[in-house]
Amino acid sequence: MTDNKLKSRLAFNNISHSYGELPVLQNLSFTVNPGEFVALVGPSGCGKTTLLNILSGYLKPTSGTLEHQGVIRTVYQSDGLFPWLTVSENISMGLRPVTNTEEHGKQLRELFELIHLQGFENHYPHELSGGMRQRVEIARALAGDSDILLMDEPFSALDYQTRLRMRWELVRLLAQRKRTVVFVTHDIEEAAQLADRVFVLSKRPAVISREFVINSAKPRNLTDPAVIAAMKAILSQLGLQAWDGDTRTIFDDNISPDTKPGKGEMS
Amino acid sequence: MKQQRSKSNFLLPLIVILGFLLVWYLVCFFKMVPAYQLPSPGDAARSIKEEILAGRLANDIIASLWRVTIGFVLSAGLGIPFGLWLGQHARSRQALTPILNFFRFLSPLAWIPFAILWFHIGDKPAIFLIFMAAFFPMVISIMTAVASIPSIYFRVARDYNYKGTELLTKVTFPAVLPQIITAMRVSYGIAWVVIVAAEMVGCQDGLGYGIWDARNGLRLDTAISYMVVIGLLGLAMDRLLSQLTKLPNIRWGYDR
Repeated sequence: MTDNKLKSRLAFNNISHSYGELPVLQNLSFTVNPGEFVALVGPSGCGKTTLLNILSGYLKPTSGTLEHQGVIRTVYQSDGLFPWLTVSENISMGLRPVTNTEEHGKQLRELFELIHLQGFENHYPHELSGGMRQRVEIARALAGDSDILLMDEPFSALDYQTRLRMRWELVRLLAQRKRTVVFVTHDIEEAAQLADRVFVLSKRPAVISREFVINSAKPRNLTDPAVIAAMKAILSQLGLQAWDGDTRTIFDDNISPDTKPGKGEMS
Repeated sequence: MKQQRSKSNFLLPLIVILGFLLVWYLVCFFKMVPAYQLPSPGDAARSIKEEILAGRLANDIIASLWRVTIGFVLSAGLGIPFGLWLGQHARSRQALTPILNFFRFLSPLAWIPFAILWFHIGDKPAIFLIFMAAFFPMVISIMTAVASIPSIYFRVARDYNYKGTELLTKVTFPAVLPQIITAMRVSYGIAWVVIVAAEMVGCQDGLGYGIWDARNGLRLDTAISYMVVIGLLGLAMDRLLSQLTKLPNIRWGYDR
Protein backbone atom coordinates (compact mmCIF):
# COMPACT_ATOMS: atom_id res chain seq x y z
CA MET A 1 0.00 0.00 0.00
CA THR A 2 3.02 2.25 0.14
CA ASP A 3 3.92 2.33 -3.52
CA ASN A 4 0.80 3.90 -4.93
CA LYS A 5 1.23 6.81 -2.51
CA LEU A 6 3.99 8.19 -4.62
CA LYS A 7 1.83 9.45 -7.43
CA SER A 8 1.03 12.54 -5.42
CA ARG A 9 2.09 15.87 -6.76
CA LEU A 10 1.99 19.31 -5.31
CA ALA A 11 3.10 22.48 -7.04
CA PHE A 12 2.76 26.18 -6.40
CA ASN A 13 2.86 28.21 -9.59
CA ASN A 14 3.47 31.92 -9.06
CA ILE A 15 1.08 32.12 -6.17
CA SER A 16 0.41 35.48 -4.55
CA HIS A 17 -2.08 36.26 -1.88
CA SER A 18 -3.20 39.37 -0.08
CA TYR A 19 -5.81 40.12 2.53
CA GLY A 20 -7.34 43.30 1.22
CA GLU A 21 -4.45 45.73 0.85
CA LEU A 22 -2.03 43.56 2.80
CA PRO A 23 0.16 41.35 0.59
CA VAL A 24 1.06 38.13 2.40
CA LEU A 25 2.56 35.85 -0.22
CA GLN A 26 4.40 37.07 -3.27
CA ASN A 27 4.99 35.02 -6.38
CA LEU A 28 5.71 31.75 -4.66
CA SER A 29 6.70 28.87 -6.89
CA PHE A 30 7.85 25.48 -5.75
CA THR A 31 7.23 21.82 -6.34
CA VAL A 32 7.06 19.12 -3.72
CA ASN A 33 8.20 15.78 -5.07
CA PRO A 34 6.31 12.58 -4.29
CA GLY A 35 7.38 11.12 -0.96
CA GLU A 36 9.38 14.18 -0.08
CA PHE A 37 9.36 15.89 3.32
CA VAL A 38 9.43 19.65 2.89
CA ALA A 39 9.61 22.00 5.86
CA LEU A 40 8.61 25.65 5.68
CA VAL A 41 10.18 27.89 8.28
CA GLY A 42 9.97 31.61 8.66
CA PRO A 43 9.42 34.43 11.10
CA SER A 44 6.05 34.53 12.82
CA GLY A 45 3.35 36.26 10.86
CA CYS A 46 5.12 35.66 7.57
CA GLY A 47 2.17 33.87 6.06
CA LYS A 48 2.97 30.23 6.77
CA THR A 49 -0.58 29.46 7.77
CA THR A 50 -1.94 31.29 4.74
CA LEU A 51 0.31 29.12 2.63
CA LEU A 52 -1.03 25.95 4.23
CA ASN A 53 -4.61 27.15 3.81
CA ILE A 54 -3.95 27.56 0.11
CA LEU A 55 -2.29 24.16 -0.08
CA SER A 56 -5.25 22.47 1.59
CA GLY A 57 -7.66 24.21 -0.73
CA TYR A 58 -9.31 26.06 2.13
CA LEU A 59 -8.25 29.40 0.70
CA LYS A 60 -8.17 30.53 -2.92
CA PRO A 61 -5.03 32.50 -3.75
CA THR A 62 -5.41 36.00 -5.19
CA SER A 63 -3.32 34.95 -8.18
CA GLY A 64 -1.37 31.94 -9.39
CA THR A 65 -2.36 28.31 -9.49
CA LEU A 66 -2.04 25.30 -7.25
CA GLU A 67 -1.52 21.92 -8.87
CA HIS A 68 -2.13 18.87 -6.83
CA GLN A 69 -2.83 15.22 -7.22
CA GLY A 70 -3.92 12.95 -4.44
CA VAL A 71 -5.86 13.23 -1.20
CA ILE A 72 -4.60 16.01 1.05
CA ARG A 73 -5.10 16.00 4.80
CA THR A 74 -4.02 18.46 7.43
CA VAL A 75 -2.67 17.77 10.91
CA TYR A 76 -3.29 20.73 13.18
CA GLN A 77 -1.41 22.17 16.10
CA SER A 78 -4.10 21.04 18.54
CA ASP A 79 -7.85 20.52 18.84
CA GLY A 80 -8.15 19.03 15.38
CA LEU A 81 -9.80 15.90 16.77
CA PHE A 82 -13.56 15.90 17.18
CA PRO A 83 -14.03 15.93 20.95
CA TRP A 84 -17.42 14.22 20.75
CA LEU A 85 -15.94 11.14 19.09
CA THR A 86 -13.81 8.47 20.71
CA VAL A 87 -10.24 7.93 19.58
CA SER A 88 -11.37 4.99 17.48
CA GLU A 89 -14.21 6.98 15.89
CA ASN A 90 -11.84 9.84 15.15
CA ILE A 91 -9.36 7.60 13.38
CA SER A 92 -12.25 5.95 11.54
CA MET A 93 -12.95 9.31 9.89
CA GLY A 94 -9.80 8.67 7.87
CA LEU A 95 -11.15 5.27 6.88
CA ARG A 96 -14.50 6.54 5.62
CA PRO A 97 -13.85 5.37 2.06
CA VAL A 98 -13.30 1.83 3.38
CA THR A 99 -16.84 0.50 3.46
CA ASN A 100 -16.09 -3.16 4.04
CA THR A 101 -16.56 -3.63 7.80
CA GLU A 102 -13.97 -6.34 8.12
CA GLU A 103 -11.34 -4.43 6.18
CA HIS A 104 -12.20 -1.29 8.15
CA GLY A 105 -11.69 -3.08 11.45
CA LYS A 106 -8.42 -4.56 10.29
CA GLN A 107 -7.00 -1.24 9.15
CA LEU A 108 -8.16 0.45 12.34
CA ARG A 109 -6.37 -2.16 14.44
CA GLU A 110 -3.23 -1.70 12.36
CA LEU A 111 -3.32 2.03 12.94
CA PHE A 112 -3.72 1.59 16.69
CA GLU A 113 -0.74 -0.72 16.69
CA LEU A 114 1.19 1.75 14.61
CA ILE A 115 0.72 4.58 17.12
CA HIS A 116 0.99 2.26 20.14
CA LEU A 117 -2.35 3.33 21.57
CA GLN A 118 -4.01 -0.06 21.92
CA GLY A 119 -6.37 0.06 24.88
CA PHE A 120 -7.34 3.69 24.27
CA GLU A 121 -9.88 2.94 21.53
CA ASN A 122 -12.85 4.10 23.57
CA HIS A 123 -11.26 7.06 25.25
CA TYR A 124 -12.27 10.59 24.31
CA PRO A 125 -9.64 13.10 23.17
CA HIS A 126 -9.96 15.19 26.35
CA GLU A 127 -8.94 12.14 28.34
CA LEU A 128 -5.60 11.87 26.51
CA SER A 129 -2.33 13.76 26.90
CA GLY A 130 -1.27 16.28 24.27
CA GLY A 131 1.25 13.90 22.73
CA MET A 132 -1.27 11.08 22.52
CA ARG A 133 -3.78 13.39 20.86
CA GLN A 134 -1.26 14.36 18.21
CA ARG A 135 -0.49 10.70 17.57
CA VAL A 136 -4.19 10.09 17.04
CA GLU A 137 -4.37 13.04 14.64
CA ILE A 138 -1.45 11.70 12.66
CA ALA A 139 -3.01 8.23 12.55
CA ARG A 140 -6.27 9.72 11.30
CA ALA A 141 -4.43 11.63 8.57
CA LEU A 142 -2.42 8.54 7.59
CA ALA A 143 -5.48 6.31 7.47
CA GLY A 144 -6.89 4.99 4.23
CA ASP A 145 -6.22 6.73 0.97
CA SER A 146 -4.38 9.90 1.95
CA ASP A 147 -1.39 10.94 -0.15
CA ILE A 148 -0.22 14.29 1.10
CA LEU A 149 0.03 15.42 4.71
CA LEU A 150 0.03 19.09 5.55
CA MET A 151 1.28 19.64 9.06
CA ASP A 152 0.60 22.97 10.68
CA GLU A 153 3.03 23.22 13.61
CA PRO A 154 1.76 19.86 14.82
CA PHE A 155 4.06 19.64 17.84
CA SER A 156 4.28 23.24 18.95
CA ALA A 157 1.63 22.86 21.65
CA LEU A 158 3.62 20.06 23.30
CA ASP A 159 6.34 20.29 25.92
CA TYR A 160 9.93 20.04 24.71
CA GLN A 161 10.61 16.39 25.53
CA THR A 162 7.32 15.21 24.11
CA ARG A 163 8.11 17.21 21.02
CA LEU A 164 11.45 15.41 20.63
CA ARG A 165 9.75 12.07 21.05
CA MET A 166 7.04 12.99 18.55
CA ARG A 167 9.70 13.72 15.93
CA TRP A 168 11.04 10.17 16.25
CA GLU A 169 7.51 8.94 16.15
CA LEU A 170 6.74 10.81 12.94
CA VAL A 171 9.91 9.56 11.24
CA ARG A 172 9.01 6.02 12.26
CA LEU A 173 5.42 6.32 11.01
CA LEU A 174 6.49 7.83 7.71
CA ALA A 175 9.05 5.06 7.22
CA GLN A 176 6.16 2.59 7.42
CA ARG A 177 3.61 4.65 5.53
CA LYS A 178 5.31 6.78 2.98
CA ARG A 179 3.63 10.12 2.39
CA THR A 180 4.45 13.44 0.83
CA VAL A 181 4.71 15.91 3.69
CA VAL A 182 4.60 19.69 3.87
CA PHE A 183 5.52 20.66 7.38
CA VAL A 184 5.10 24.22 8.60
CA THR A 185 7.01 25.11 11.72
CA HIS A 186 8.75 27.92 13.50
CA ASP A 187 11.02 25.36 15.14
CA ILE A 188 14.30 25.33 13.22
CA GLU A 189 15.54 22.27 15.07
CA GLU A 190 12.45 20.38 14.01
CA ALA A 191 12.89 21.37 10.37
CA ALA A 192 16.58 20.36 10.38
CA GLN A 193 15.86 17.02 12.01
CA LEU A 194 12.90 16.00 9.86
CA ALA A 195 13.02 17.58 6.43
CA ASP A 196 14.54 16.56 3.11
CA ARG A 197 14.27 20.15 2.00
CA VAL A 198 13.77 23.30 4.01
CA PHE A 199 12.29 26.46 2.54
CA VAL A 200 13.10 29.56 4.52
CA LEU A 201 10.43 32.19 4.07
CA SER A 202 11.11 35.90 4.35
CA LYS A 203 9.07 38.40 6.28
CA ARG A 204 5.74 39.50 4.86
CA PRO A 205 5.10 39.52 1.96
CA ALA A 206 6.66 36.08 2.01
CA VAL A 207 8.96 34.85 -0.69
CA ILE A 208 11.25 31.84 -0.44
CA SER A 209 14.49 33.46 0.59
CA ARG A 210 16.51 30.27 0.71
CA GLU A 211 16.19 26.59 0.07
CA PHE A 212 18.31 23.98 1.85
CA VAL A 213 18.61 20.34 0.95
CA ILE A 214 19.47 17.99 3.80
CA ASN A 215 20.60 14.61 2.51
CA SER A 216 21.46 12.87 5.75
CA ALA A 217 19.57 9.62 6.42
CA LYS A 218 16.65 9.53 8.85
CA PRO A 219 16.08 9.13 11.74
CA ARG A 220 18.58 11.83 12.55
CA ASN A 221 19.91 12.66 15.96
CA LEU A 222 19.60 16.20 17.12
CA THR A 223 23.37 16.18 17.46
CA ASP A 224 23.94 14.78 13.97
CA PRO A 225 26.50 17.04 12.23
CA ALA A 226 24.18 17.42 9.24
CA VAL A 227 21.37 18.60 11.53
CA ILE A 228 23.67 21.05 13.26
CA ALA A 229 25.01 22.33 9.97
CA ALA A 230 21.48 22.78 8.67
CA MET A 231 20.41 24.58 11.82
CA LYS A 232 23.36 26.93 11.54
CA ALA A 233 22.53 27.69 7.95
CA ILE A 234 18.85 28.26 8.63
CA LEU A 235 19.55 30.37 11.69
CA SER A 236 21.96 32.56 9.84
CA GLN A 237 19.48 32.88 6.97
CA LEU A 238 16.93 34.11 9.49
CA GLY A 239 19.49 36.47 11.01
CA LEU A 240 19.48 34.66 14.32
CA GLN A 241 23.08 33.45 14.23
CA ALA A 242 25.55 35.90 15.68
CA TRP A 243 28.83 33.98 15.63
CA ASP A 244 29.22 32.44 12.21
CA GLY A 245 31.25 35.26 10.79
CA ASP A 246 28.19 36.64 9.09
CA THR A 247 27.77 40.39 9.38
CA ARG A 248 24.15 39.98 10.33
CA THR A 249 23.50 39.64 14.05
CA ILE A 250 20.59 38.64 16.19
CA PHE A 251 19.99 42.33 16.78
CA ASP A 252 19.63 43.01 13.12
CA ASP A 253 15.93 42.64 12.60
CA ASN A 254 15.88 44.04 9.15
CA ILE A 255 16.86 41.34 6.71
CA SER A 256 15.88 42.06 3.18
CA PRO A 257 14.61 39.00 1.42
CA ASP A 258 16.75 37.69 -1.40
CA THR A 259 14.51 37.73 -4.36
CA LYS A 260 16.57 35.05 -6.07
CA PRO A 261 16.37 32.01 -3.87
CA GLY A 262 19.81 30.60 -3.30
CA LYS A 263 20.49 26.97 -2.80
CA GLY A 264 22.68 25.49 -0.10
CA GLU A 265 23.51 21.85 0.14
CA MET A 266 24.54 19.87 3.18
CA SER A 267 25.23 16.24 3.65
CA MET B 1 -10.88 12.36 50.36
CA LYS B 2 -13.35 12.22 47.51
CA GLN B 3 -15.95 10.61 49.71
CA GLN B 4 -15.48 13.31 52.29
CA ARG B 5 -16.11 15.95 49.69
CA SER B 6 -19.25 14.35 48.35
CA LYS B 7 -20.50 14.10 51.91
CA SER B 8 -19.97 17.80 52.54
CA ASN B 9 -21.49 18.53 49.12
CA PHE B 10 -24.65 17.01 50.45
CA LEU B 11 -24.36 18.27 54.01
CA LEU B 12 -23.71 21.95 53.42
CA PRO B 13 -26.84 22.65 51.35
CA LEU B 14 -28.88 20.71 53.90
CA ILE B 15 -27.57 22.89 56.73
CA VAL B 16 -28.47 26.01 54.74
CA ILE B 17 -32.00 24.73 54.11
CA LEU B 18 -32.51 23.80 57.76
CA GLY B 19 -31.15 27.20 58.79
CA PHE B 20 -33.58 28.88 56.42
CA LEU B 21 -36.50 26.91 57.88
CA LEU B 22 -35.34 27.80 61.38
CA VAL B 23 -35.26 31.52 60.60
CA TRP B 24 -38.72 31.27 59.07
CA TYR B 25 -39.96 29.39 62.12
CA LEU B 26 -38.45 31.90 64.57
CA VAL B 27 -39.86 34.89 62.67
CA CYS B 28 -43.33 33.36 63.02
CA PHE B 29 -42.80 32.10 66.57
CA PHE B 30 -41.88 35.53 67.90
CA LYS B 31 -44.62 37.11 65.81
CA MET B 32 -42.22 39.48 64.10
CA VAL B 33 -44.65 39.38 61.20
CA PRO B 34 -48.40 38.93 61.86
CA ALA B 35 -49.64 35.41 61.14
CA TYR B 36 -52.05 36.56 58.40
CA GLN B 37 -49.07 37.99 56.49
CA LEU B 38 -46.72 35.04 56.83
CA PRO B 39 -47.94 31.55 57.71
CA SER B 40 -45.53 29.46 59.76
CA PRO B 41 -43.71 26.38 58.43
CA GLY B 42 -46.09 24.26 60.49
CA ASP B 43 -49.14 25.87 58.83
CA ALA B 44 -47.60 25.26 55.43
CA ALA B 45 -46.86 21.62 56.27
CA ARG B 46 -50.42 21.05 57.46
CA SER B 47 -51.72 22.65 54.31
CA ILE B 48 -49.56 20.43 52.11
CA LYS B 49 -50.88 17.38 53.90
CA GLU B 50 -54.44 18.62 53.40
CA GLU B 51 -53.90 19.16 49.67
CA ILE B 52 -52.32 15.75 49.28
CA LEU B 53 -55.13 14.01 51.10
CA ALA B 54 -57.76 15.84 49.07
CA GLY B 55 -55.98 14.64 45.89
CA ARG B 56 -55.76 18.19 44.60
CA LEU B 57 -51.98 18.40 44.73
CA ALA B 58 -51.33 15.35 42.55
CA ASN B 59 -53.88 16.59 40.06
CA ASP B 60 -52.36 20.08 39.96
CA ILE B 61 -48.83 18.72 39.56
CA ILE B 62 -49.86 16.58 36.60
CA ALA B 63 -51.76 19.46 35.00
CA SER B 64 -48.81 21.85 35.34
CA LEU B 65 -46.18 19.36 34.25
CA TRP B 66 -48.27 18.56 31.20
CA ARG B 67 -48.58 22.22 30.14
CA VAL B 68 -44.94 23.01 30.78
CA THR B 69 -43.79 19.89 28.98
CA ILE B 70 -45.91 20.62 25.91
CA GLY B 71 -44.80 24.27 25.84
CA PHE B 72 -41.19 23.27 26.34
CA VAL B 73 -41.22 20.50 23.74
CA LEU B 74 -42.78 22.89 21.23
CA SER B 75 -40.20 25.59 21.86
CA ALA B 76 -37.31 23.11 21.77
CA GLY B 77 -38.68 21.27 18.74
CA LEU B 78 -38.98 24.49 16.76
CA GLY B 79 -36.23 26.48 18.45
CA ILE B 80 -33.37 24.00 18.08
CA PRO B 81 -33.66 23.48 14.29
CA PHE B 82 -34.32 27.17 13.77
CA GLY B 83 -31.28 28.08 15.89
CA LEU B 84 -29.11 25.58 14.02
CA TRP B 85 -30.21 27.03 10.70
CA LEU B 86 -29.70 30.63 11.77
CA GLY B 87 -26.27 29.80 13.15
CA GLN B 88 -25.15 28.70 9.71
CA HIS B 89 -26.60 31.57 7.73
CA ALA B 90 -24.94 34.84 8.62
CA ARG B 91 -27.29 36.98 6.52
CA SER B 92 -30.45 35.56 8.03
CA ARG B 93 -28.88 35.83 11.45
CA GLN B 94 -28.11 39.46 10.86
CA ALA B 95 -31.64 40.07 9.63
CA LEU B 96 -33.46 38.26 12.42
CA THR B 97 -31.39 38.85 15.56
CA PRO B 98 -32.96 42.22 16.47
CA ILE B 99 -36.53 40.97 16.21
CA LEU B 100 -35.74 37.77 18.09
CA ASN B 101 -34.18 39.84 20.85
CA PHE B 102 -37.19 42.14 20.84
CA PHE B 103 -39.53 39.25 21.56
CA ARG B 104 -37.11 37.80 24.08
CA PHE B 105 -37.48 40.93 26.19
CA LEU B 106 -41.29 40.88 26.16
CA SER B 107 -42.50 39.47 29.44
CA PRO B 108 -44.94 36.60 28.97
CA LEU B 109 -47.30 38.56 31.22
CA ALA B 110 -47.70 41.03 28.38
CA TRP B 111 -49.15 38.30 26.19
CA ILE B 112 -51.91 37.36 28.64
CA PRO B 113 -54.69 39.44 27.03
CA PHE B 114 -53.86 38.01 23.63
CA ALA B 115 -53.52 34.50 24.98
CA ILE B 116 -57.11 34.69 26.26
CA LEU B 117 -58.38 36.36 23.11
CA TRP B 118 -56.74 33.88 20.76
CA PHE B 119 -56.89 30.66 22.73
CA HIS B 120 -59.82 31.20 25.10
CA ILE B 121 -59.67 28.82 28.07
CA GLY B 122 -58.08 25.49 28.90
CA ASP B 123 -54.50 24.37 28.38
CA LYS B 124 -53.89 26.29 25.19
CA PRO B 125 -53.39 29.85 26.49
CA ALA B 126 -51.02 28.56 29.19
CA ILE B 127 -49.02 26.54 26.65
CA PHE B 128 -48.88 29.56 24.38
CA LEU B 129 -47.48 31.74 27.17
CA ILE B 130 -44.87 29.15 28.09
CA PHE B 131 -43.88 28.81 24.46
CA MET B 132 -43.51 32.58 24.05
CA ALA B 133 -41.28 32.72 27.09
CA ALA B 134 -39.03 29.76 26.28
CA PHE B 135 -38.73 29.86 22.48
CA PHE B 136 -36.74 33.06 21.93
CA PRO B 137 -33.93 32.51 24.43
CA MET B 138 -33.60 28.97 23.07
CA VAL B 139 -33.22 30.12 19.46
CA ILE B 140 -30.76 32.85 20.36
CA SER B 141 -28.49 30.71 22.48
CA ILE B 142 -28.34 27.88 19.93
CA MET B 143 -27.81 30.30 17.07
CA THR B 144 -24.90 31.90 18.95
CA ALA B 145 -23.44 28.50 19.80
CA VAL B 146 -23.48 27.38 16.16
CA ALA B 147 -22.01 30.65 14.94
CA SER B 148 -19.09 30.27 17.32
CA ILE B 149 -18.11 26.67 16.50
CA PRO B 150 -14.32 26.73 16.00
CA SER B 151 -13.61 26.85 12.25
CA ILE B 152 -11.06 24.06 12.67
CA TYR B 153 -13.90 21.51 12.90
CA PHE B 154 -15.18 22.56 9.49
CA ARG B 155 -11.69 22.41 8.01
CA VAL B 156 -11.25 18.91 9.34
CA ALA B 157 -14.72 18.00 8.07
CA ARG B 158 -13.71 19.27 4.64
CA ASP B 159 -10.56 17.11 4.64
CA TYR B 160 -12.66 14.04 5.39
CA ASN B 161 -15.48 14.80 2.96
CA TYR B 162 -18.36 15.66 5.24
CA LYS B 163 -20.95 17.55 3.23
CA GLY B 164 -24.58 18.67 3.43
CA THR B 165 -26.78 16.75 5.86
CA GLU B 166 -23.86 14.70 7.10
CA LEU B 167 -21.96 17.86 7.97
CA LEU B 168 -24.98 19.04 9.97
CA THR B 169 -25.64 15.79 11.83
CA LYS B 170 -22.06 14.63 12.32
CA VAL B 171 -20.22 17.90 12.88
CA THR B 172 -22.40 20.93 13.58
CA PHE B 173 -24.92 19.22 15.82
CA PRO B 174 -22.52 17.28 18.06
CA ALA B 175 -20.26 20.35 18.26
CA VAL B 176 -23.05 22.38 19.87
CA LEU B 177 -24.76 19.59 21.79
CA PRO B 178 -23.33 20.70 25.16
CA GLN B 179 -24.67 24.20 24.55
CA ILE B 180 -28.00 22.80 23.38
CA ILE B 181 -28.33 20.99 26.68
CA THR B 182 -27.46 24.15 28.59
CA ALA B 183 -30.01 26.08 26.52
CA MET B 184 -32.62 23.44 27.27
CA ARG B 185 -31.95 23.70 30.99
CA VAL B 186 -32.26 27.47 30.90
CA SER B 187 -35.43 27.32 28.78
CA TYR B 188 -36.98 24.69 30.97
CA GLY B 189 -36.28 26.91 33.96
CA ILE B 190 -38.02 29.81 32.24
CA ALA B 191 -40.98 27.63 31.25
CA TRP B 192 -41.38 26.43 34.81
CA VAL B 193 -41.19 29.97 36.21
CA VAL B 194 -43.86 31.12 33.79
CA ILE B 195 -46.32 28.45 34.92
CA VAL B 196 -47.72 30.60 37.75
CA ALA B 197 -48.52 33.46 35.40
CA ALA B 198 -49.67 31.16 32.63
CA GLU B 199 -52.22 29.44 34.84
CA MET B 200 -53.71 32.74 35.93
CA VAL B 201 -55.69 32.69 32.72
CA GLY B 202 -58.43 30.30 31.80
CA CYS B 203 -57.21 27.37 33.91
CA GLN B 204 -59.16 25.50 36.56
CA ASP B 205 -56.24 23.48 37.89
CA GLY B 206 -52.43 23.43 38.05
CA LEU B 207 -49.89 24.60 40.59
CA GLY B 208 -50.04 28.21 39.41
CA TYR B 209 -53.81 28.17 39.50
CA GLY B 210 -53.57 26.72 43.02
CA ILE B 211 -51.65 29.79 44.18
CA TRP B 212 -54.20 32.17 42.70
CA ASP B 213 -57.06 30.18 44.13
CA ALA B 214 -55.41 30.21 47.56
CA ARG B 215 -54.84 33.94 47.33
CA ASN B 216 -58.48 34.54 46.47
CA GLY B 217 -59.49 32.44 49.47
CA LEU B 218 -56.93 34.23 51.67
CA ARG B 219 -55.26 30.89 52.35
CA LEU B 220 -51.63 31.98 52.36
CA ASP B 221 -50.60 28.70 53.97
CA THR B 222 -51.82 26.88 50.87
CA ALA B 223 -50.09 29.42 48.64
CA ILE B 224 -46.79 28.75 50.41
CA SER B 225 -47.23 25.01 50.19
CA TYR B 226 -47.73 25.33 46.41
CA MET B 227 -44.66 27.54 46.18
CA VAL B 228 -42.63 24.88 47.93
CA VAL B 229 -43.88 22.23 45.53
CA ILE B 230 -43.12 24.41 42.48
CA GLY B 231 -39.59 25.05 43.70
CA LEU B 232 -38.90 21.41 44.50
CA LEU B 233 -40.25 20.16 41.18
CA GLY B 234 -38.22 22.74 39.28
CA LEU B 235 -35.10 21.60 41.09
CA ALA B 236 -35.86 17.95 40.38
CA MET B 237 -36.43 18.56 36.66
CA ASP B 238 -33.19 20.49 36.37
CA ARG B 239 -31.31 17.69 38.08
CA LEU B 240 -32.85 15.30 35.59
CA LEU B 241 -31.81 17.43 32.59
CA SER B 242 -28.34 17.91 34.04
CA GLN B 243 -27.89 14.13 33.92
CA LEU B 244 -27.60 14.58 30.15
CA THR B 245 -24.31 16.40 30.63
CA LYS B 246 -22.85 13.17 31.97
CA LEU B 247 -23.22 11.38 28.62
CA PRO B 248 -19.73 10.43 27.38
CA ASN B 249 -20.02 12.18 24.01
CA ILE B 250 -21.12 15.40 25.68
CA ARG B 251 -18.86 15.36 28.71
CA TRP B 252 -16.08 17.09 26.70
CA GLY B 253 -18.08 20.30 26.66
CA TYR B 254 -17.84 20.52 30.44
CA ASP B 255 -14.48 18.95 31.25
CA ARG B 256 -12.29 21.26 29.24
